[in-house]
Parts: sequence; C-alpha cells; structure tokens
Amino acid sequence: MTDSSNRFSMRLLIERSTASLIVGLVFVWLAVNFVKSPSQFFQSSVIGISNGVLYALIALGYTLVYGIIELINFAHGDLFMLGGLFAATFISTWFGQEEASGTAFAVFFLCLFAVMGFCATINVAIERFAYRKLRRAPKLAPLITAVGVSFIIQFVGIRWNGSGPKTWNSVLPDGEFVISGVHIAYTTIISFLVTIPLLILMSFIVTKTRRGKAMRATAQDADAARLMGINVNKTIGFTFALGGALAGAAGLLFQQTRGVTNYNLGYQLGLIAFTSAVLGGIGNLSGAVLGAILIGLIQGLNDGLPIGLGQQWSQTVVFTILILLMVFKPTGLLGKPMIEKV
Amino acid sequence: MDILGLKSRRARRKDPSLKAFDQRKWIRGFTISAILVWVFYAFVVDRLPYAASDFFQTWFPATTINEALVWVICALGLNIVVGYAGLLDLGFVAFWAIGGYVAGWFMSDFFHQVSFHLGSTSPAAQPGIHISFWAVLLIGALICAAFGVIIGAPTLRLKSDYLALVTLGFGEIIPQIFYNGEDIGGFNLSNGSKGISPVDNIGLFGKTLGPFDLDWKYLIFVCLAAFMVFVSLRIRGGRLGRAWLAIREDELAASMMGVPLMRSKLAAYAVGAFSGGIGGVAFATHVNGVFADRFSFSISIILLAMVVLGGMGNVWGVIVGALLIAWVNSTGLPAFGDTVNNALGTSINFPSYNFLLFGGILIFMMLYKREGLLPESRLKQIMHEADDSTSNVGGH
Repeated sequence: MTDSSNRFSMRLLIERSTASLIVGLVFVWLAVNFVKSPSQFFQSSVIGISNGVLYALIALGYTLVYGIIELINFAHGDLFMLGGLFAATFISTWFGQEEASGTAFAVFFLCLFAVMGFCATINVAIERFAYRKLRRAPKLAPLITAVGVSFIIQFVGIRWNGSGPKTWNSVLPDGEFVISGVHIAYTTIISFLVTIPLLILMSFIVTKTRRGKAMRATAQDADAARLMGINVNKTIGFTFALGGALAGAAGLLFQQTRGVTNYNLGYQLGLIAFTSAVLGGIGNLSGAVLGAILIGLIQGLNDGLPIGLGQQWSQTVVFTILILLMVFKPTGLLGKPMIEKV
Repeated sequence: MDILGLKSRRARRKDPSLKAFDQRKWIRGFTISAILVWVFYAFVVDRLPYAASDFFQTWFPATTINEALVWVICALGLNIVVGYAGLLDLGFVAFWAIGGYVAGWFMSDFFHQVSFHLGSTSPAAQPGIHISFWAVLLIGALICAAFGVIIGAPTLRLKSDYLALVTLGFGEIIPQIFYNGEDIGGFNLSNGSKGISPVDNIGLFGKTLGPFDLDWKYLIFVCLAAFMVFVSLRIRGGRLGRAWLAIREDELAASMMGVPLMRSKLAAYAVGAFSGGIGGVAFATHVNGVFADRFSFSISIILLAMVVLGGMGNVWGVIVGALLIAWVNSTGLPAFGDTVNNALGTSINFPSYNFLLFGGILIFMMLYKREGLLPESRLKQIMHEADDSTSNVGGH
C-alpha cells in the first residue's frame, strides 16, 4: 500500500519537475530574446496575438462541438477554409470590390453576415446528414466520418479554388501605425474590432439566453435534458450553427487580412486551432480563447524572434506543445478533470 | 509450443482457439494465388496477343501491383493498431517515413563521410553506409517499433479522440523533421526536400535486382506481406491478441479482468509500427529513393480508408481493401478517366476526384456498413450494438 502510493507520488514528482523545467526553459528563451531585441519581441507578439484571435474563432467551434457531443469535428477547419473562399467570391467576384472604400467597407460587413450564415448552414447540414445518425455509435465511427467530411470539403475547395493558392486584393485599409518602433497594421485593429464583439456575443448567448442554457444542459447530460423537455436535436444543431458562424467569420478575416486562399488551409489552421482548444481545456469556452491567443503568441514569437527555430518549424512547435500537454496536463489549462463515465 | 500452427489435425480440433485460424488452409491459398500472379507476370503476359497484354499493361501494370503490396503491408500494420486494439492512429505515415529514411541512410551513398559495407550489392569502393536489404528491413522494422513505443507512451492515459490527435501530431512532426532535415545544427539528416536517391539494389541469392526487376521484387513483397499476415493471425489467436480485442471492446472491463492495458497498447503500437517500417523500406526500394514530400497526411487517411473499407480487424478484409484502394488510387482512376475521356471526347481530370472518393468511402462505410466489406464477425456485433454508450471501439 505505502509502496504503491510512494511510487505514485514519485511519478507525480518527476512529472511536476519536468513540466516546471520545460516552462522554465521557455521563460529563459523569452527573456534572452527580450533582452536582445525588445522591439522585435513586441513586434512578434503583436503578430502572434492577431493570429491568436483568428485561431480563437476557429477553436471555439471545436470546443463547442466537443463540449456538447464529444466529437472532434475534423471538418471544422475545412469549413473555415470554405468561409474564406465564399468571402473571396462574395467581395471580389460578385461585388467586384478590389480596394478600400466606403462601399467596399459596407460590402465587407454585408459579407460578414453572409459568410456566417453560409458556414452555419453548411455546418448544420453536416451534422444533420453525417453525424446525427452516429450519435450513439462507437466513438471511432463519427471520428472517421468527420475525417471523411473533411476530405469532401477539401474536394469542394479544390473545385472552387484550384489546386494551388490564390491571392486576392483586400478591401481593408492597407496602412499601419507605429508605436515606439512596433508596427501595427490597420487590418490587425479591424480583426480585433470584428472578433471581440463576436466573442462577447457568443459568451452572452451561451451564458445568458434560454438556448444557451439548453446547450449547457445537453452538454451535461443529453438524456436528462431530453427528459426536461429540451429539444436535444435542435440544440445540437444550434451549437453547430454557432460554431459554423464563427468559422465563417474567421474565414472572412483570414482572407481579407492575408489575401490568400488555398484548399488545404483549413487542415493546417484547423489543427492549430484544435491544439488551442485542447491547450485551454476542451469544452471550456474561455479556455479556447486563452489557448488560441497563447498558441498564436508562441507561434509568432517562434517565427519572428532572433533566437528561435524559424517559420519552417512552426507546425512542429505547435504539435510538440500538443504532445507535451497530453503528457503533463491532458485536461488543459482551464479544463476540469475528467471522470470516466461507466 | 506450436509457433507455426502446424499442430496435428487432431490436436487442433481439440483446441477451440485455433479453430478459426486454420493456418494450413490460408498458407496454401495465399501461396497458390501469389505464385499464379507471379507466373502470369513473369512468363505469360508478354506472350499474350497484343490486345490482351496491352489491357494488362494499362489496367494492371506490374509496378502498381508491387506498390499495392507495400500498401497491404502498411495497412496490415495499421489494422493491428486500429482493428485489433481499437486505438485510432491518424499518423501512420510517420512509420512509413521512418522506414523509408532508414533505407535511405543505410542503403545509399548518403552518409558519404563514412564507408561501411555489409553484404550489400554495391561496389566496395563506394562511400556511404551499404547494408544488405534484408538486414535493413529488420533494422528499419525495429527502429520503427521503438518509435511506436515512443509515440505510444504519451498517449496511454488518453481517451480515444485525444489519442488520434497525438498520433496525428507525430504524423505531422516526423515528416516535417525530414523535410527540414537538411541542416539540423549543421548536420544533414535527410537531404531536405531533395530526398535521398538512389538506394542500393536488393541482393537475392547472388542476384542483383535493379529497379526494373519487378517480378522478383513482387515475390519479395508478397513474402513480406505473407509474413505480416502470419504475424497478425498468430498474435490474434494468442494471449496478446485476445488482450487487444478485450481492450477494443471495453477498456475498463478489460483492465478490471487483469489485462495489462499499458503493455498491451504499447505492444499494439510496436507491432503496427514494425510493419510500417517493413513497408517503408520496401517502398524505398520500389521507388528507388525516399522523398520527404511524399509523406503527407493523406497517406495516413488512405491507409485508414483501406482498413475501414475492408473490415477492421479482419486480415483478409484489410488486404482486399488495401489492394482495391491502392489500385484505384494509382491506376484504376487515371485509366478509367482516360477510357471515359477517349470514348466521350471529354477532358475530365478524374484523379482530382480522389478526395471525394476517399471522403465518400469513409462516410458511407461509417453510415451504412460500419463493419466493412468483409466483416469480422465479432466486430459486426459491437458496431451494431444499439444504444450503448459504455462499450465502444476505441475506448471511452
């Protein structure tokens, strides 16, 4: 008895000290870089955080869906990609807007609503036709289905966009301003101005409205929720719509701030966003936002700092974080410990 | 001990656990069909009338068959992880890549700093590490098995979906390491995006098999596939295999019954990765080199589609699934496209539809025929257990 508990605490000790060591090394790395070139440090941080808010919009979709039906929706990243394609077509092809102007700005906002509706509809349709039937099936089944849906959306992306990247003109103002050596682009400010109200609205819907209450009840126990008169199917559909709308907004922002669309963007960014959701504690909404900003920050710092691995290792860094997290803290930063239901 | 499964017939009849896996029967069937295909491609196909031989060259060229066999080897490995142990692995391409690079390192001029020869077919004056194909096969498989354990270890405490993510992460990291591996602290690990090419020829009984000796390579690949089938079937009937099935069906119950979860899961990863390594080395000799950009996520998904289509857990189903999808992917779809385009005068790019095809296969199989084309009887029951949230393939 004492032997086994000793061994357990020993293991805990080793884990704790390794984790602290890793976190310590990261801080040393940051400090060295900060001393070496503070302006570059802040510049990379700004870039990182502006990426982070984009990841947050996607990560919320993962975390919402996981929270309610415990499914990693592999197709979510691809939905974001589709949102980008829709935005590009809407602004540049249908409305023919190529540069910043008053009308272009109006079209941008019109597009925001359109793309949110578009992605929400698609996500609800995916849930209805692919996932609903498998809700009671063994867990492997919906997961494999999600991978299949992701492939089909990528196929749509190839048809729509071609098999290579495509560049677009942005309708957002193209300047930047400088605060003590740190350049901040107007597009960064605009993505903050779009994202933050959306996040507030989201958290309002989930915490304050009846629908949000139904969502939380379904997430806790779908059967009990049904007994209480909640329409579980509708609630799950609504959750997918919410996640899809956020992914659509992210697609528009990405397309407008980077000016690029590609069919496999969703896969790359989706994985990063999922890692963010896991980092924050999957199923936890503020955790997803926190995790996304942290991941964006780490990525920005890695890519931009003088002493760093550089951009070609960006994915490796993100996935290493994911794996380390799985080893040391599978519940994430803000997640509750999971209890196995029997 | 009856490792080869050649117990006397009476003894076998007494032992119910061996009934389902009659070793002699499949060995006979497998050998006969493998030899028939070999005889056909080595001796018959060139002597056929032009129309017939052209048909086979277009629809079933020998290189496609060899490549399909590599897919079979890897799919059998993935089947052990996903089909037997129920651990969803979305990063199997990592093992394929490692196996390939082991072949690249130990069978080429790549490490020109040293000169080491061991039973290789290359001339002794050539720099680099040159080890016999057969030894590299073993080395590659063992290195992959070790990596399987390394990748498996952090995932042991995780639920199924997290596990999928971690394996996916490794499946992204390892190819990226090879892709950026031109200059790791000044050391050229993998020649970056240029890849390592060519690799040494295979030596077989004093014969040297060049890149175009497809018939002999076919024999080697068939033997490797047969070896993996043998390993899969034997392990499945044994203690470890039953432990895997128990974990797949209900992890919690299995651990309560005394199945060592950690050891069994790690063994599944190791055996699966072992065959990934064999496949990787074989593929490197098939394409005569290793190229970093080939190892993409879609390979992991195609392998998964093979296992799912054929029937998770059933070796024969997986082989059928692997042959079918590998053929469609490399020859069937382009050849079909050419035929249709020629006949109708259209110019549809059929190979670009493979995303739709694989996505569609995964979804439709999961929605309507979850147990696969050739289902394993036991899995069929589980997959259709109505409304049961406790037992699940892939743990809870």
